[in-house]
Amino acid sequence: MKMATNGDAAIAYSWKQINPAVVPAYPITPQTIIVERFSDYVHDGEVDTEYVTTESEHSAMTVAIAASAAGVRVATATASAGMALMWEMLGVCSGMRCPVVMAVANRTLSGPINIHCDHSDSMGARDTGWIQIYAENVQEAYDNSIIAFRIAEDMRVRLPIMSCLDGFILTHAYEDLEVLEDQQVKDFVGEHQQLNPLLDLSNPVTHGPLDLQDYFFEHKYQVIDAINGSLSVIKEVLDEFEALSGRKHFIAEPYMCDDADFVAIAIGSTAGTMKAVVDELRVDGKKVGLIKLKVFRPFPSQIIADMVKGKQGVAVLDRAISLGSTGPLFLEVNNALLSIEDSPSVCNYVYGIGGRDAPPSQLKQIYLDMMDGKSLPINYLGVRK
Amino acid sequence: MTLKSASELTIGAVITDAGNSKEFLTGDWRSKRPVIDKDKCIDCLTCWIFCPDDSIIVKDEKMEGFRLSHCKGCGICSVQCPVNAIQMVPEGN
Ligand code: SF4
Ligand code: SF4
Repeated sequence: MKMATNGDAAIAYSWKQINPAVVPAYPITPQTIIVERFSDYVHDGEVDTEYVTTESEHSAMTVAIAASAAGVRVATATASAGMALMWEMLGVCSGMRCPVVMAVANRTLSGPINIHCDHSDSMGARDTGWIQIYAENVQEAYDNSIIAFRIAEDMRVRLPIMSCLDGFILTHAYEDLEVLEDQQVKDFVGEHQQLNPLLDLSNPVTHGPLDLQDYFFEHKYQVIDAINGSLSVIKEVLDEFEALSGRKHFIAEPYMCDDADFVAIAIGSTAGTMKAVVDELRVDGKKVGLIKLKVFRPFPSQIIADMVKGKQGVAVLDRAISLGSTGPLFLEVNNALLSIEDSPSVCNYVYGIGGRDAPPSQLKQIYLDMMDGKSLPINYLGVRK
Repeated sequence: MTLKSASELTIGAVITDAGNSKEFLTGDWRSKRPVIDKDKCIDCLTCWIFCPDDSIIVKDEKMEGFRLSHCKGCGICSVQCPVNAIQMVPEGN
């Protein structure tokens, strides 16, 4: 079925089809439509979700963890300052191996106060043990939202996952969306499987005990092992989703990369603009390509290394900056390139901070500068210095 | 004691063996030990209510002493006893 909708409503619609047992929610721009729309579904009896309105995001994440430990499927959503307030509980969630699914409507972190898109919120949480997937458009946001449950709840993974979409650019923009039938979605995600549920009274368990010098490291190692190993599970789930929907999903999607000499790597909605830019440059005979990264955590180092091997130049686009260092994606790409001999020259383009528009003309300039050898190691796209 | 490896542990540090905190001998931590003066004790069991480590031994509703394997020596029982029947004495004396 086709509909015209925005990214937030698409996420809420996917949850309606999935019918999670618990949704703890606290609204924050630009995520608000997700939890508002979902509360309509709850009110109208279209789902039988326990909808818990909490007094803060810290509490929302705490409820999510508790419900997940109790043994049920949980979804929530946040953005920006909301995620910042959840911070303490993010690590608790992954450490307790709660497969919570969280939509993140990417918005910058204040200050000065700003409600628009960049990836500062989720990128800042990249070390918390959550899997992170990003969407280029509303369709991918919807698809990712469904895929996320399968990845997180897989018995080989059992980790929380952030399903990220660009604030306003995707959350509020109306696009064509092809949705699956309710039953198809239910069959795809399957029944939630419990693991040592707190509410199994005949098998009493303790979740979240004190874990000190003698065992904490081992439990963190389990998380390391699970998140690294999740990459192959993600691949499986993406392939299975393609078989169901006919829509191909990639951990990292190569676009016109095969014969390209210069490639850019981008995350989120900008990858869509970049594809148009690549098309335009290809008309002029320029051998350029794009890698659109869906999965940032775990970072698919080997896949990226294989894709950029033999290229002349790589521009890494970061919609976030690790202040005092470089963009986070740039660090990861450089790390991935350590395994390659004669690795291409890599430059960083930090762009779109605080929702600053990154129009095709500017994005095109990235390729032109890279081809002319004019790119600096780190470039701040369009900033008035 | 041989420590388990990551692959042998329940994920998320979940404890599936109910009541196994008994095996953790917190008595090792004690620097002061509670000592009872049974002549003063009125068996009100206030100490039993307050002890955070279930270390007051009670038999037939009578206070019978301390389970030193788990008593951490926190002194709460000594403070709470209404008739000052419990003294905390340094370990090693
Ligand atoms: S609180 Fe004091 S009086 Fe009461 S049972 Fe304990 S030792 Fe005895
Ligand atoms: S010292 Fe503390 S732990 Fe020991 S018996 Fe008294 S209250 Fe319990």
